[in-house]
Amino acid sequence: MTGGRYRALRATAYGIAALLLFCLVWELVKAVVPAAGVHVLGASVLPRTDDHAMPHVWDVVARMGRSETSARGADSVLVAMGKAGWFTLRVALAGWLVGVVAGMALAVLMARRRLAEAAVLPWVVLSQTVPLIALAPLVVGWGGRIHLGAFEWQRWMSVAAIASYLAFFPVAVGALRGLQSPTPAQTDLFRAQAAGWWRTLVSLRLPASVPYVVPALRLGAATAVVGAIVAEVSTGAPGGIGRLIISYAQSASGDPGKPWAAIVAAAALGLVAAGLVGLVGLLLRRYRYAEVSS
Amino acid sequence: MSQMRLTRRTAWGLTVAATAAALALTGCSSSGSAAAPAASASGTGGSGALTPVKLQLQWFTQAQFAGYYAALKQGYYKDEGLDVQIVEGGTDIVPQTQLANGSVDYALAWVPKALASREQGAGITDVAQIFQRSGTLQVSFKDKNITTAAALKGKKVGNWGFGNEFELFAGMTKAGLDPAKDVTLVQQQFDMNAFLAGDIDAAQAMVYNEYAQLLEAKNPATGKQYTADDFNVVDWNTEGTAMLQDAIWANTDKLKSDKAYQDTTVKFIKASIKGWAYVRDNPEAARDIVVAAGSKLGQSHQLWQTNEVNKLIWPSPDGAGMIDQKAWDQTVAIALGTKNDQGATVITKKPDADAYTNDYVTKALDELKAEGVDVTGSSFKPITVTLAEGGN
Repeated sequence: MTGGRYRALRATAYGIAALLLFCLVWELVKAVVPAAGVHVLGASVLPRTDDHAMPHVWDVVARMGRSETSARGADSVLVAMGKAGWFTLRVALAGWLVGVVAGMALAVLMARRRLAEAAVLPWVVLSQTVPLIALAPLVVGWGGRIHLGAFEWQRWMSVAAIASYLAFFPVAVGALRGLQSPTPAQTDLFRAQAAGWWRTLVSLRLPASVPYVVPALRLGAATAVVGAIVAEVSTGAPGGIGRLIISYAQSASGDPGKPWAAIVAAAALGLVAAGLVGLVGLLLRRYRYAEVSS
Repeated sequence: MSQMRLTRRTAWGLTVAATAAALALTGCSSSGSAAAPAASASGTGGSGALTPVKLQLQWFTQAQFAGYYAALKQGYYKDEGLDVQIVEGGTDIVPQTQLANGSVDYALAWVPKALASREQGAGITDVAQIFQRSGTLQVSFKDKNITTAAALKGKKVGNWGFGNEFELFAGMTKAGLDPAKDVTLVQQQFDMNAFLAGDIDAAQAMVYNEYAQLLEAKNPATGKQYTADDFNVVDWNTEGTAMLQDAIWANTDKLKSDKAYQDTTVKFIKASIKGWAYVRDNPEAARDIVVAAGSKLGQSHQLWQTNEVNKLIWPSPDGAGMIDQKAWDQTVAIALGTKNDQGATVITKKPDADAYTNDYVTKALDELKAEGVDVTGSSFKPITVTLAEGGN
């Protein structure tokens, strides 16, 4: 246990060090690279480093502490970031859950039958080649016409649907590899003992898939967050980080700290989501004799 | 035995097909627990007698749409028996498409963009031309001396593309310039940093948004904000290549066949214009309504936007929302005749007779006049707005 705590402490220390290093590099670039950037033969090689394009780290942090606008009762930027992050996190989580369920179901189906694998896998791969910006307005369009009694489709559901669409892919592919990972000797042992397909699934294939599934879940969480933010920008769903990024970007010229604050919030959100999924990995620890990167 | 296997295989095939279908329907399945708050602005509902109406905006909540938010907040829609829900736009939401596919009942759109959508099959009709003037400028620093389109010759000219560039191209063509040869075209982002940094000599700017962003930025040479004296603007209204912008569009087929929709259209236009009249007379209160509706833009920026949008609407000598034949014809002529840098025109043939109608707005204006609402704004005086740094 002490070893575990020490490891956690060390990981946190590394994380903070990496963050500080990033800030240091940022300020270093700002100090060294000329304000107009570096151009070779008219092509921009290094970006501009003036205060509009790259505000000082401390300016961004200070901007987070001040209120968003001068409106009475306006939140500070930090509070707005927190609220928006919480909103997007919930939507991304909803999308992630749907994606995980769909991905696992597909993986089990594909592992069960060759025919299913041959029929579905190309579609699974194909699904990820559809650009998100083409998909988002379509989903909103379908959603806008769904009324089932008192239930009315909301914009955030479109966002969650798009997040799930991105999240199911790594889960489906990772879990399929995991379910197919037992060696012939292992499956033969189960068959020799007259274990049925379900028995083999529950006692052999699922436990064997954990080292493949956990990284896939983490990847799925990251893609769900990215998907949710992009879908928010794309569909104009209010309340989340995506909206904050676009809204704040409008003050890029007059208030350059603000758009960067929104980007910091998006990055922090990705870390939180990955951390939450890390907890899932902790629960499944006893199956993780080795982890395979997906 | 083999028969048995065959049926089982068929069953599996069916399962596969069913799963594929289920996958396709993922977009329609309920997606779980996170009960996020909805953004419906139709707070007051409850009465079963109200007709639900959805309005699609082109962008997020901001003062560009103040009139609709004011009509909602002041209860003008409710007075007409409408339960209006304002649906915000996004970067990839095309309002005309949302209207044509039935997701919303009315949509706001610029006339040239909507005409392009019509040519691609969207059955939509301009029923009220809210903005009578164009809000697009070409801004440059004073020392570049660009006060007319002709002066753009040899300069680095920014343009947004995506159909926002045609007034600029028409203006340059009218001034005798070849946009492909006589200027250096620069693709412009939606902020003004490239202009402030000198990458662009003359940048596109909406008078109610990007131009304000410039006046909110700090001049590094003086340490103070820029002022209007630091810039020259080319205004397409005076250059004669302005195109009509924000208009209320309705579904053409429903206008023809659905009596209730016709009535709703008159009511919707009436209450909306009443909302805009409120914005004209109470710009500060209108700004507060927009902020309360969830805009994240700064206070002074919103007031500036309210004021500039008022200038695009008022005065309206024929009555707000009336489609001026001359302005419409100019828009169509430019849309047909002006090529952008890719050699494309907005439309390839003249729009048909369903493209616009003044029938509904005329009825709405008559009712408003009978109620004593000033629908021309002939005595309208804009206020003076001081922009704070960053628009805050």
